[in-house]
Amino acid sequence: MATLGTEENPLLVAIVGSGPSGFYAAEALIKSDTHARIDILERLPSPFGLVRSGVAPDHQKLKQAIKLYEKIAESPDFNLIANVTVGTDISVEELCQSHHAVIFTSGAETDRKLGVPGEDLTGSHTATEFVGWYNGHPDYRDREFDLSHEVAVIIGQGNVAADVSRILSKTVDELKHTDISQHALDVLAESKIKEIHVIGRRGPAQAKFTPKELREFGELADCNPVVAANDMVLNPESETELAEKSNIGNKKIYDQFCEFSKLEPDSSKSRKCFFRFLMGPKELIGDNKLEKVILEKNKLAGEAFKQSARGTGETIELETGILFRSIGYRGVPIAGVPFHDNWGTIPNEKGRITEDDNVVPQLYTAGWIKRGPSGIIGTNRACSVETVGCLLQDLDKLDDGNNKEGANAIYSKLDSKNIRHISFDDWKKIDTKEIEIGEPKGKPREKFTYVDEMLSIIN
Amino acid sequence: MTTIVTDNCKGCRFTDCVTVCPVACFHYDDEMLYIDPDVCIDCSACIPECPVQAIYEGDDIPEDQEHWIEINAEKAPGLPVCDEQMEPLPGAEDRKAELGF
Repeated sequence: MATLGTEENPLLVAIVGSGPSGFYAAEALIKSDTHARIDILERLPSPFGLVRSGVAPDHQKLKQAIKLYEKIAESPDFNLIANVTVGTDISVEELCQSHHAVIFTSGAETDRKLGVPGEDLTGSHTATEFVGWYNGHPDYRDREFDLSHEVAVIIGQGNVAADVSRILSKTVDELKHTDISQHALDVLAESKIKEIHVIGRRGPAQAKFTPKELREFGELADCNPVVAANDMVLNPESETELAEKSNIGNKKIYDQFCEFSKLEPDSSKSRKCFFRFLMGPKELIGDNKLEKVILEKNKLAGEAFKQSARGTGETIELETGILFRSIGYRGVPIAGVPFHDNWGTIPNEKGRITEDDNVVPQLYTAGWIKRGPSGIIGTNRACSVETVGCLLQDLDKLDDGNNKEGANAIYSKLDSKNIRHISFDDWKKIDTKEIEIGEPKGKPREKFTYVDEMLSIIN
Repeated sequence: MTTIVTDNCKGCRFTDCVTVCPVACFHYDDEMLYIDPDVCIDCSACIPECPVQAIYEGDDIPEDQEHWIEINAEKAPGLPVCDEQMEPLPGAEDRKAELGF
């Protein structure tokens, strides 16, 4: 047989997950000198992962990354097999038989827990649920969020916490021309929330927002950002951190908080978004339903750049009806793939999946499931390029001499189980319909939020 | 407002930024990189990657660098795309030290 990676004997790669990491892995394979054919498997009928269902609807420009993914999908060596769950509809073992290599790019689909009493009370949610809900992700379509209390609490100070807080801070007019799902817009229109408290366990010099996202809180139509002036007083270690030239991002965030702390609140605005520091949840209290959260004040300990938050024992109470936790994300294990339970990632060396420190042949990973939930869309490009680089180095080991059938083997397995799989062309029909429905409302699209609705478009 | 490559890139061209660009909007000539504002999606991923802090968000650009907004927009589209890391320009490390990084 011809050498693997040539036109006569192309390298067959299955990619599990069609978010940014999956597309960037496909792109790296397509651009390489090796002739590869790529089948991307996706659990939902719709591709693009968190660019579609994570990136906030009022950040439409970021979603234009999709244009690049559509260009990648035009390659004759690219193939989407959507509406198929790996591990359930088709096994990893089957993918290893049909393809030379499998790359897992399934992201970090679930939230880290706070680990405090009362966490599971009604009214205590994960940011993931809320983000998925307002972005029309079918898994979260029917979640209910009670916005009838005047106070909402968000635990965490990263970009997802910023998204959740901003969506709660905005008026319907600020959102109605985005691709926010109609069911969410209807609920947000009835929101009684007047105060949003965004809680960080460390100080304003350690918050994980991007400067740009933070700045947006100063530009809201009906919400004032509120920062207490005495929270801007830093300990010497934090001063050292901000004085470091390379730490310019955190310096900008701190300066923005300082600016907020000096703002004369605009009394015509009805909502307030409080950024609060050096505290963490100790207990959620309520009779079946969340009524208040007990927050413990923290102090920073350790040297500059390694400071961690320690509880002081002093607590305060905050009455609230709804709380969102956004303190980190974890991947979900896939049957047949090693998993690092503490980290919520797949153990790997530069993208080669390992088990007990030994490389597992044929299996690779990229994106958040590889390195944990850090960085933004583009960070995953560098990550996927690294993984594909390793995969291509392993080319001679990936040829086991057996004839691989690629996508056809997958299709016959799926067809025998009557599983409706969706191609990129099918998806384009759904896409076109969504844009069509959004148009009269002045929205870039109105998403289908149930899988059945999507399937009915192509059937 | 878009994202802009400024003065500090000149003579360095480290290209760490291009590895995290989600849309391949960097272009290059013999001196430096430029961002195509029509392609850039303002994600800011590139900003912290630059070892000489040459990249700014448009809203955040120092006054003495504002002329780069136009230069990026004019030059980028006609130059080749840089979407993989290249060797920095000869003398880049010296220039980096000179810039205080």
